[in-house]
Amino acid sequence: MAVIKYVARRLVLMVGIIFVISVGAFYLIHLLPGDPATVILGGGDTPQARAALYKQLGLNRGIVIQYFVWLNHVLHGNLGTSFITNESVVSTIKNAFPIDVEMIILSQILAFAFAIPLAMRSAQKPNGRLDKTASAGSFTLLSIPPFIIIVFLVLIVAVKLKIPNTGPASYVSIGQDWVVNLESMVLPAVTLAIGSFVLYYRILRSDLISTLQEEFITLARSKGISRRRIMWRHAFRPSSVALVGTAGVNIGGLIAGGFVVQFLLQIPGLGFTLIDAINLSDYLLVQGIVLVISVSVVLINFLFDFLITIIDPRIARD
Amino acid sequence: MTNLANDFGVAEPELLDRPEKRGRLGILFWVCVAWLGINIFGAIFANVLPLPNPLANNYSAINFGPSLHHLLGTDELGRDIFSRIVYGSRISVSVGFGAMLIGFGVGAPLGMLAAYRRGLFDQIVTTLMYVFLAFPAIIAVIAVLSFWTPRSLLKIILVIGIASIPLVYRVIRAATLSMGSRDFVIAAKVQGATDRRIIFRELLPNIAPVGISFLLIGIATVVTLEGALAFLGLSINPPQPSWGNMINESRTLLSQNIWIAIFPALALCLFLLSLNYIGDRLRSYFDVSEVKL
Repeated sequence: MAVIKYVARRLVLMVGIIFVISVGAFYLIHLLPGDPATVILGGGDTPQARAALYKQLGLNRGIVIQYFVWLNHVLHGNLGTSFITNESVVSTIKNAFPIDVEMIILSQILAFAFAIPLAMRSAQKPNGRLDKTASAGSFTLLSIPPFIIIVFLVLIVAVKLKIPNTGPASYVSIGQDWVVNLESMVLPAVTLAIGSFVLYYRILRSDLISTLQEEFITLARSKGISRRRIMWRHAFRPSSVALVGTAGVNIGGLIAGGFVVQFLLQIPGLGFTLIDAINLSDYLLVQGIVLVISVSVVLINFLFDFLITIIDPRIARD
Repeated sequence: MTNLANDFGVAEPELLDRPEKRGRLGILFWVCVAWLGINIFGAIFANVLPLPNPLANNYSAINFGPSLHHLLGTDELGRDIFSRIVYGSRISVSVGFGAMLIGFGVGAPLGMLAAYRRGLFDQIVTTLMYVFLAFPAIIAVIAVLSFWTPRSLLKIILVIGIASIPLVYRVIRAATLSMGSRDFVIAAKVQGATDRRIIFRELLPNIAPVGISFLLIGIATVVTLEGALAFLGLSINPPQPSWGNMINESRTLLSQNIWIAIFPALALCLFLLSLNYIGDRLRSYFDVSEVKL
């Protein structure tokens, strides 16, 4: 019961947040210098195009009505048609989005696969040799931004070692050739995984250390349960609440963190498309991508909040 | 409402363990402070220091490695990399400190006030802040900067600064809350101290350590964000150097001259590392572990 109430409250909050995001995303166009229609149309300022734009954004109406005209279109799945590429914004986003999803899933598999076992090892002997090395290492990695990691990974792997399909512009879609696709995803996934790994390792480690000092662990030990079983069956779940919460926020952030990686390697995901659209002054596309990314981030956060209440239902109770 | 803080859980800084005794900050701490000092000094006095012009091309010295003439070598246009790094630090330092000035200037008083007064004011402001915290700042920053043209350093500072307000608010509010019900605050209230006295003389000194260590880590985050923007070509325009755009420009030349990439990357990483390390050391020095952010 408490869980349902909690989720319902969260749902209301989420709708509120999405409302604020949509207002923000719409009024972005009024930040443009001068008349938004003229700037958005750019070189393609024909009467027909202008009429289409006015219809899409309701620009001839009052400033408040404009939002609702636009929102009505958005809710019907219409984000307008780009005046630069003449493609519908929705279909451009639909093509780009799965690439981000693939990149993020790969990076998260890598990050968890390394962070969880290492954190468990570290937490068993806090301040032991492994723990000290891993902690110092993760602290250093914390200070290396992803755009530096990717530049040097490309330099070493693609330029110096000349491993095929890892350099810029080697991306092919998964339908075309999935082996090459995976190869071209290695460097982006590793780069994003490094940042996530550091975060997950540090949080899980410190939570495990405090969990291992609790009485139920001492009890389990005195019953003679193996160390391995204690770690995985007794200590892991209560220590993973903060981890899951962090993962939710982090994965949301990765959609944005993917920008630099995609930009450098010319992988046509949302980030690359966004930067490209900014450089081409394709404002309708920019607006659409900003909206889609922000809403996805909020949805992911909501999903992970829900996951946390499954791991630890007490959270929903207070 | 307090519980929301953990649920939205913007990456929680590590607050546990570190058993070192209070009393010594360690040599590495002072090395980092010195390095930070050098960087800030260089950023402030870049045009007074005897440095070659960072914008001057010299076609007889293209892609030179490090030498006595050019300490860190030259780039593809023969510009002195050392000089460009020192000038580039101006961007990182001013964005880092400027944005945090805005973030703390607005977020910290609001956070303290909300936590001290509680009630409706607290509820409204906190809900509002959590709405803004719900999506990553980088998207909002990129979105605003891409529409609000032409871009300038001031706009970048302003946008990043405003985007950081909710984060600062969250940390300061949590820190104040944990202090608000302590005995010494209650004692001061019982003695009839004014609100102003309690806030400035009792609460402020006690949340300052949290504030300062978060300030340093916040600066590091902001500098990283500006670096990413510059890397994407959304920060200040070349030829004016910044660490981010130097790394961006180097990426096409990596196979010919890797120094162009290594030195600005090193400058940025060492700057971030010292900020993070100082912040982390201060936090464990002041033993902030009880403040669950």
